[in-house]
Amino acid sequence: MKRFFISLFRKNSGLSSEELIRKKTFFAFFFFVLLIGLGAGLWIWLIHQRGDAGIQGGIPKPLRVVLNANETIFRKVFSAEHLVKTYPVSAASSRVRVNGNIGLGSDFDPAQWKLQLIRDNGDTLFIGLEDIRRLPKTEIIYNFKCIEGWSQITWWGGVRFSDFIHFYRLEKEASHGYVGMSTPDGDYYVGIDMPSAMQSQTLLCYEMNREPLPMNQGYPLRLIIPVKYGIKSIKRIGSMYFSDDRPPDYWAERGYDYYSGL
Amino acid sequence: MKRIVPKHPLAIRWFHWLNFPILTVMVWSGWMIYWANDVYRIGWGQTTLLKFFPDSFYRALHLEYRLANGMALHFVFMWLFMLNGLLYVLFTWISGQWRFLWPKPRDFRDAWFVMLHDLHLRRMPPPQDKYNGAQKIAYSAIIVMGLGSVLTGLAIYKPIQLGWLCSLLGGYTLARIFHFALTIGYCLFFLIHLLQVMRAGWSNFSSMVTGFEVASAPQAPEPPEPAPVENIES
Repeated sequence: MKRFFISLFRKNSGLSSEELIRKKTFFAFFFFVLLIGLGAGLWIWLIHQRGDAGIQGGIPKPLRVVLNANETIFRKVFSAEHLVKTYPVSAASSRVRVNGNIGLGSDFDPAQWKLQLIRDNGDTLFIGLEDIRRLPKTEIIYNFKCIEGWSQITWWGGVRFSDFIHFYRLEKEASHGYVGMSTPDGDYYVGIDMPSAMQSQTLLCYEMNREPLPMNQGYPLRLIIPVKYGIKSIKRIGSMYFSDDRPPDYWAERGYDYYSGL
Repeated sequence: MKRIVPKHPLAIRWFHWLNFPILTVMVWSGWMIYWANDVYRIGWGQTTLLKFFPDSFYRALHLEYRLANGMALHFVFMWLFMLNGLLYVLFTWISGQWRFLWPKPRDFRDAWFVMLHDLHLRRMPPPQDKYNGAQKIAYSAIIVMGLGSVLTGLAIYKPIQLGWLCSLLGGYTLARIFHFALTIGYCLFFLIHLLQVMRAGWSNFSSMVTGFEVASAPQAPEPPEPAPVENIES
């Protein structure tokens, strides 16, 4: 034992082959165990890191840094010309999955509904459903993708968000980085980066399968944004505003990806 | 007189041991994501032989209600997984180690003999250099699988911006199935790998840490290459 201990500190050239083998084995396993400990320590440190609340979602800081870098990369490579694949009517599901009712309170009065749009100058536009239905209609049948992992081919109709922006002369508003939307009761809210919102397949949607939206799909007006996970396709839009800062976002506050781009 | 016979280069040992925890985090966080839509099973019609996964499995591994957490981990550790894999491939390529790893046509026949030998159905293993035929196939396949996971992963991560990739892999739904199936493949690989390492004994395991094996015989001149002989024993 003592001889072995001494041999650890002697030069390799002065050792017998057995001593050399023992010395090399000892140091290899010493570092092996040391690195396992280091790795385990790093992991424990990582999962105990705290993150900022709000739209940072409380995600540990080191993870957040990388996730933000991911977003930067994917915002750079985002191209509005990459369209989501579309399908024929025959592919559209007749039973469309309902996967959330946050913000769809039962005390909602459809007769009173108007979209409240806050302009840069502080004015609020009140836009009725009939005004929106008068705008050119666009339909899309595409594979709606939920962040949970399921997807379903569904058929939606409404006005392109970009057509809506141009019709109401909101180019100045649309020069901001983000658009924020929330339900009339304020319980559900999303923030969307402007390039994704202005992509040609993003709809302010009032029809599903050629019928007015059902209540549980967000009657009278919802967002359909195919370039994002479904969490961004807010049901029953009550108000809309524009901002350079990130608007609050319901699921981002619960740790999901703010960008959620596909 | 014992002597040191170098076996695994330091770089390969690093890549190997780093990959283990990184892939573990990828699989674990992947299961957190899968939990949110756990629709896969083996069966037909109403009959299910195997459900992926039983509730007890999720509970035991603390996978429930952690979709957001799983995605955050998955999309951070994916960089480490890709980087480690890329460096490993570059190293084996540049160092020439790939010659020990990439199977030649005869390795497929040898792999069969190795399997028969392991199952005690054949007396002698076929002759081999650093790795036997079965190892070469397994260690090369796992790299192809890694590439498959990266590609199917990217296809379901950005199915619109990388729409071409998603279509190439059969669409969003199918790419997700491939991504999942590859993960099951890693788990099976791991189980067999673990069994084989235990079977092969301490000195084999030790060489993955130290890099060398110990030979008891003195340095002898390389024996001449044996003439290829067809194995006719049964």
